[in-house]
Amino acid sequence: MFKSTLTSSMIILGLSTSSAVMAEQKIAVISSFSILGDLVSEVGQEHVNVTNLVKIDGDAHVFNPTPQDAKAISKAQLVVTNGLQFEGWMPRLIEAANYQGVQVVAANGIEEISTKEGHSCGHAHHDDEHKHHDNEHKHHDDEHEHHDDEHAHHDDEHAHHDGEHKHHDGEHEHHEHAHHDHGDIDPHAWHSIKNVKVYVHNIAKGLIQVDPENTNDYQQNAKDYIQKLDKLELKLSAQLATVPEAQRKVITPHAAFGYFARDFNVTFLAPQGTSTGSEASAADVAALIKQIRHDNVNAVFMENIADNRLIEQISRETGVKVGGKLYSDALSAADEPAATYLKMMQYNVDTIVNALHK
Amino acid sequence: MSAQLYELFIAPFSEFVFMQRALWGILVLSISATPVGVFLTLRRMSLTGDAMAHAILPGAAIGFLISGLSVTAMTIGGIVAGCVVAVLAGMVARHSNAEEDSSLAAFYLLSLAIGVLIISANGSNVDLLHVLFGSTLALNDDALILLTIIATISILALAILYRPLVMECVDPHFFKTISKLSAVAHYGFLLLVVLNLVAGFHALGTLMAVGLMILPAAIARFWSNRLGGMLFVAFITAVISGYFGLFLSYHASLATSPAIVLVLGILYIISLIFGRQGGLIFKNNS
Repeated sequence: MFKSTLTSSMIILGLSTSSAVMAEQKIAVISSFSILGDLVSEVGQEHVNVTNLVKIDGDAHVFNPTPQDAKAISKAQLVVTNGLQFEGWMPRLIEAANYQGVQVVAANGIEEISTKEGHSCGHAHHDDEHKHHDNEHKHHDDEHEHHDDEHAHHDDEHAHHDGEHKHHDGEHEHHEHAHHDHGDIDPHAWHSIKNVKVYVHNIAKGLIQVDPENTNDYQQNAKDYIQKLDKLELKLSAQLATVPEAQRKVITPHAAFGYFARDFNVTFLAPQGTSTGSEASAADVAALIKQIRHDNVNAVFMENIADNRLIEQISRETGVKVGGKLYSDALSAADEPAATYLKMMQYNVDTIVNALHK
Repeated sequence: MSAQLYELFIAPFSEFVFMQRALWGILVLSISATPVGVFLTLRRMSLTGDAMAHAILPGAAIGFLISGLSVTAMTIGGIVAGCVVAVLAGMVARHSNAEEDSSLAAFYLLSLAIGVLIISANGSNVDLLHVLFGSTLALNDDALILLTIIATISILALAILYRPLVMECVDPHFFKTISKLSAVAHYGFLLLVVLNLVAGFHALGTLMAVGLMILPAAIARFWSNRLGGMLFVAFITAVISGYFGLFLSYHASLATSPAIVLVLGILYIISLIFGRQGGLIFKNNS
């Protein structure tokens, strides 16, 4: 009796002291946009205090940092960015804020998609419907060749991605490679759950570097979260499998879903390129409309961050219904359906599958 | 042969509704914006158009914040902001020692700063600057109706203001001393500038809209020394450029509104060299 009260009181004491310590020592993490921020808080849990520079429903392609942002960065202990030139404004901001601490480039080590061959506006130029699926496979080949040429660690990387996701330490070795061929790589890598597992590893590593005391927690959190990701990946694949592959063709405002397309065998077409900063030409829109007519594209979608008027125009012209709103480059507010990364992926797949079933 | 020509010049427009809408938008805009541009250049106020294009930004931004990408809200906001700047600048110029251009510059810069501030403060939304940079291909029913209404209003207003405006162009100081219509003509005209720029930003984006207003007028100046002739030439150039801009955008895969303004720019350079009135080649003869 006495013993148990003692232990329980010790537990209470221990808990309270440790939580008090934690409250004082929360790691200040800056993430460039809301999706990364969600991943960081999943891995860091109670140990971190995450601030997103580009807020929910914001567009990270074009962003005007304020002095507040620079101030937040200079006080941060860890800065997490996507990389792949997604946040072109970030290096200048970090320099301006004179930030010297640890930086994590979350997309380091993922299997990149080149936009030139990828699922961006390039697709819109193919009038011929048969070419499509061939093309998709070709992209993969191209990428592999590309890696052959440029990566000494080619085999490493493939082992990592194709095989079971071993938590090997090789990722950091890829740092140098991730910086080649700037500008030709589709930065929206988080639409592949496979890639996000790499993101989670990178983030965990960064957190451990900054806060080695809680190494176990970070590793455990990362492991738990990756399990959730695995589960979700299986579930989403099963959901999409209910739609015949030939029917999996959808239109979005800007080409954000290249990685999603690769993972789930869905063809995405978009009038805008991979950045919302570009303007569509009449040729792109016309080619897209032709393709919708020939290919029986079943749904067009809006995005939470993009200018959707062009999509409305295309919908009006082709009679294809707007299937809903996809969350591409930012999470939604907490009371909307895509408040976390997991929810966002689930919501996007639900929306796509629902629209394609009609 | 004729089939090929049809394929090249007509088919893009007959096959796609969005091309027809874009062409209709440009046509309507040309009707109302080019005469305004001609008067602007004749009054040596070409850059006023540019200044006013920036001045409408905060109004459009507030409209956007209140009700999203609604054509009506952004239009009303833009018109209000533009009018405030125009009237303030005009009043300062008429009642103080400051020149109109410097007071206008002051107010439009102020307005622009407020606009950028409003957009940045609400950074979590779609970047409005991008929205303001043209969506010729995405003209919806609302935007087309708005363009047509504004064109109608400005043509009627121009017809009424024609005489006083001509007087203002010829000798503003003299006109000011003999008639009270001077102020009416001045502010009415500035209101027309604002209206047309607001119409223009739905079709081309704010800055490109200035191009469609000023460049045809600048071109027309090289071909005619009569007001009627200039108005006609300006309108025709604007329509032709609109068509070929879309044509280029379709066949060469160029972004639409810059393509239209580029065609205008090329026509301007040609006119500059070969123009019958003061073009470089004929300069000595005229």
